[in-house]
Amino acid sequence: MKPISLPVLAGAATVLMAAAISLVFFYAPTDADQGLSQRIFYFHVPIALTAYVCFAWGAWKALLHLWKRPEGADLESYVAIHLGVIFGSLTLLTGSIWAKISWGVWWAWSDNQLVLFLVLFLFYCAYFMLRYSVDPGPARANMCAVYALFGVVLIPVSFLAIRLSRSFIHPVVFTSQGPQMTGTQFLTFCVSLAAMLTLFATFYQLELAGKRLDAHLRELRELLA
Amino acid sequence: MNYLADVAALARKDLLLELRAKETVPAMLLFVLATLTVFHFALPRGAGHVAALGLLWVALVFTALLGLTRAFVPEREQGLMDALVLAPCDRSAIWLGKVLAVLAFLGLAELVALPAFSAFFSAVDGRTVAAVALADVGICAVGTLTGAMAVAGRARELILPLLFLPLAIPIVVGGVGASAGAGGRYLGFLVLYDAVFGLLAWASFEYVVSET
Repeated sequence: MKPISLPVLAGAATVLMAAAISLVFFYAPTDADQGLSQRIFYFHVPIALTAYVCFAWGAWKALLHLWKRPEGADLESYVAIHLGVIFGSLTLLTGSIWAKISWGVWWAWSDNQLVLFLVLFLFYCAYFMLRYSVDPGPARANMCAVYALFGVVLIPVSFLAIRLSRSFIHPVVFTSQGPQMTGTQFLTFCVSLAAMLTLFATFYQLELAGKRLDAHLRELRELLA
Repeated sequence: MNYLADVAALARKDLLLELRAKETVPAMLLFVLATLTVFHFALPRGAGHVAALGLLWVALVFTALLGLTRAFVPEREQGLMDALVLAPCDRSAIWLGKVLAVLAFLGLAELVALPAFSAFFSAVDGRTVAAVALADVGICAVGTLTGAMAVAGRARELILPLLFLPLAIPIVVGGVGASAGAGGRYLGFLVLYDAVFGLLAWASFEYVVSET
C-alpha cells in the first residue's frame, strides 16, 4: 500500500480541522446542562481516541518489527508513540479543563478512564526514557518493540484492575445501545474525530519524512568523511 | 527436560553468587525494615489498619525494585550476558533462571518483612500472604524483563523504576484490594496478571537480549 502524499494529507487535515472548529462553535447545539463548556467534548474525546489509535498503531508496528522485520518498522513505531504521547498530554490537559468546569476539580482519582489514561501516559513516557538511554541499533529496536507491546497488554489489564474497585463519574457516551447523542452532535463529533485522525496521519508522515531524511543525511556524511 | 536443567543451572549460578557475595539479600532486608520504620512515622497517629496495609505494598514493591536493580549487574559488569546469549540454550531459560533467583531473594526479604509488619503495625491474614505470593510472581516476571532492558542502557539504575512502576500498578491494585477489601476477585486478578505478563515476558525475552 502506497501512503498518501504529505501535501494531500496536510490539505485534508486543514480543511477537516476548519470544518470541525466551525461545526463545534456554530452548528452543534449548546448543552442544556453544561452550557458552552460541553463543546470541549468535541476536542477532548477525539484527541483521546486519536491517542489510543497512535498507541495501537505503534504497537502494531512493533509487532511487525519483531515478526517480519521490515525495514523502518522500528522508526514508524517510535513516531506513532511519540505522537501518541503528544495527543495524550493534550487529552490530559483538555480533560482537566473540562473536569474543573464540570466537576469542580482538576483531577478525580475516582474515575476509571482518568486513572487508566495516566497509567498509560506514564508507561509511554518511560518508553522515551528507554529509547534515549540505549544506543541506536538493532538491540534498541528490539527492546523498544517489546516494551511497546507490553503497553497494549497493559491497557486491558489496568482497565480491569481499576474497574474492579471503582465507581465512575465519567460521562459514558458510547454504550451498547449506540452513541447517546443527537444527530447534529454526532455529526460534529465524527468530523472532529476525522480531523484529529487526519492530523495524526499528517504529523506521522511529516515526522517520518524528517527522520528518514536525517538518517539519509547522516549516511551521506559518513560516506564523505 | 534439557530446558529445565538449563534453568536450574542458571538459577543456581545466581543463588551461589549471592551466597558468596551476600550483596542483594541483606540490602533488601535492611531496606524493607527501614522503610517500615519510616512508614511508622509517615502514618499519622491513629491511622487505620487499611492505611498501613497500603504502605506494606509500597514497601514490598520498592524492595523488589531494589533487588531487580541488582539482578543483571553481574552479567553486565563481567560481560557475561554475551556468553549467556551465545550458550546453546533457549534464551528464555536465562529469563526464567533469573526470575527464580530474584523470586528467592524477594521471598527471603518478605519472610522478614511480613512478621515485622505484623509486629510494627497490625496482624497479616492468610489472604494477604496469598496475595503477596501471587504478586511476587508477577513482580519478578515483569521486573526481570525490564531489568534486562534497563542494564542495556546508559541510565541503568535510574531507568528501571520508570520502566517497571507503570507495569506494577495493576499488581498494587490487586494486592491492596486482596488484603484490604473483599479478597477472591483480586486474587483471581493477580493470577490473571501473572499468567498474561509471565507468558508475554517469557516469549519476548529473547528479543531483549539478542543483538540482531
